[in-house]
This record gives sequence, structure tokens and C-alpha cells, in this order.
Amino acid sequence: MSSESSRLRVKTWICATVVVLANVFGNFFLKKGMPADLPTPWSYITVLFHPLVALGVFLLILWLMSRMTLLSWADLSYVLPVTAIGYVLVALAGHLLLAEQIPFKRWAGILLIVGGVALVSLGTPPRSHKPESGA
Amino acid sequence: MKWIYIAIIVAATTVGEVMQAAGMRRHGEIRDFRPGALRRAVAVLSRNAFVIGSVVAMAVSFFAYLGLLTIADLSFAVPVTAVTYVLETILAKYYLKEHVNWLRWAGATLVICGVALVSM
Repeated sequence: MSSESSRLRVKTWICATVVVLANVFGNFFLKKGMPADLPTPWSYITVLFHPLVALGVFLLILWLMSRMTLLSWADLSYVLPVTAIGYVLVALAGHLLLAEQIPFKRWAGILLIVGGVALVSLGTPPRSHKPESGA
Repeated sequence: MKWIYIAIIVAATTVGEVMQAAGMRRHGEIRDFRPGALRRAVAVLSRNAFVIGSVVAMAVSFFAYLGLLTIADLSFAVPVTAVTYVLETILAKYYLKEHVNWLRWAGATLVICGVALVSM
């Protein structure tokens, strides 16, 4: 049982890393390529062919698929906090690229998120339900 | 307009992600990562009603998010949509019947406080 749980833990960490990085860089490229406004419904479609937006969309598709893979064995209430580190990284990416100062309050928030992630991911196994048929 | 976009994103994301979790739970653990096996998994999943529903909901959320990004900073848009986090943990317990122990509640509470601080 312990080798089964360590197998699941390693697999979970690899998959969660892909989920987080795809989300952070997907959002970053999406914002980077986004024009100042989308005046018509048609422009919501044409903007998808902008190279940076297309790269962002590709990464977000990768995010969706890796997240679905992770959810095939891990609890939603486990995946949510573990991947919440992405909120921090994406805010950091936005701020560093906009050359804005990161105030104390934001650092405090980042520390709280990291603490919450550590608590959930180290303190509980990824899966609380019984495994069903694998595919 | 900003808050209309946010309301659509939060509602669609919450529904989409909970359906995604329910659909993948029904499918079971993906153990084989060879291309052929992954293609078969995708074929099976494309007939899973929860997965189809979640993709539709997340597409709605995506286009609302595109709209929000045109008028808001990335560092505002991403943390503010973390409201879904609270709703989804509650749904994980009561709809998906996950065992959310005190460590997960404590971790969830810390993350929510952190997200609130980051977005202020």
C-alpha cells in the first residue's frame, strides 16, 4: 500500500507541475497578445489567430487536458489548493512584466497561499475515494 | 461590464470544473500514457456527458475571460476569479462526496485569505 501511495504521489506531482506551468504561461501569452478591446463578436474569433493568443490557447488546452488527467485519480478538493500556486505565479508574471512594485500585502498573500498548498498537499493523500476501473 | 464578465466566468468555471471532476471520477485513473492509450482515453471521454458539459461550460468561461482581459490587468483578472475556489471546495464535499478533512479546510481557508490579499 505504501508503494502504491508513493507511486501515486510522484505521478501527482509531475502532473500537477504540468497543470500549473501550462496555466501560468497560457494566461500570460493570452494577456500579452490581447488587443485593447474586442469591438464585435467576430473579433473574439479573429483574435484567436493572433500568434501570441494562439500560443496561449494551445497552452490552456494542454492545461485542460493535464488537469483532466490529474482529476482521473485525485480529489477535486486536493487539486484545487495544490494548483492554486498558479494564481500566485500568474500574478507575479503580470507584475514583473509590467514592472510594478509588489507591495507587502501581496507578498503576505503569496506566503498564505504557499502555506495552504503545503498543508493540503503534504498532509493528505491525493485520493479519498476508492479507485475505480483504470483505463 | 467588468463584474458581468466576472459573474459569468465564476458561474461557468464552477459548473465546468465540478462536472470535469465528476466525469473523470467516473472514467477512473489514467495509468497508460502511451499515445495509442491516450487516444483511446480521449475517444471514451468524448462520449462522457459530464466531460462534454464541462467543455461547453469552460468554453463559455473562456470567452468571457477574453472579454475581461481586454479591460482588466492580468494580476486582477486571475486572482478575482479564484472565488470559484470557495464554491468548488463546498461542491467537492456535498456534490462529489469527497472526504474534506480539517487539513483540507485549513489549507483552503489559507489559500482564500492569500488570494484575497493578492487581489487587494
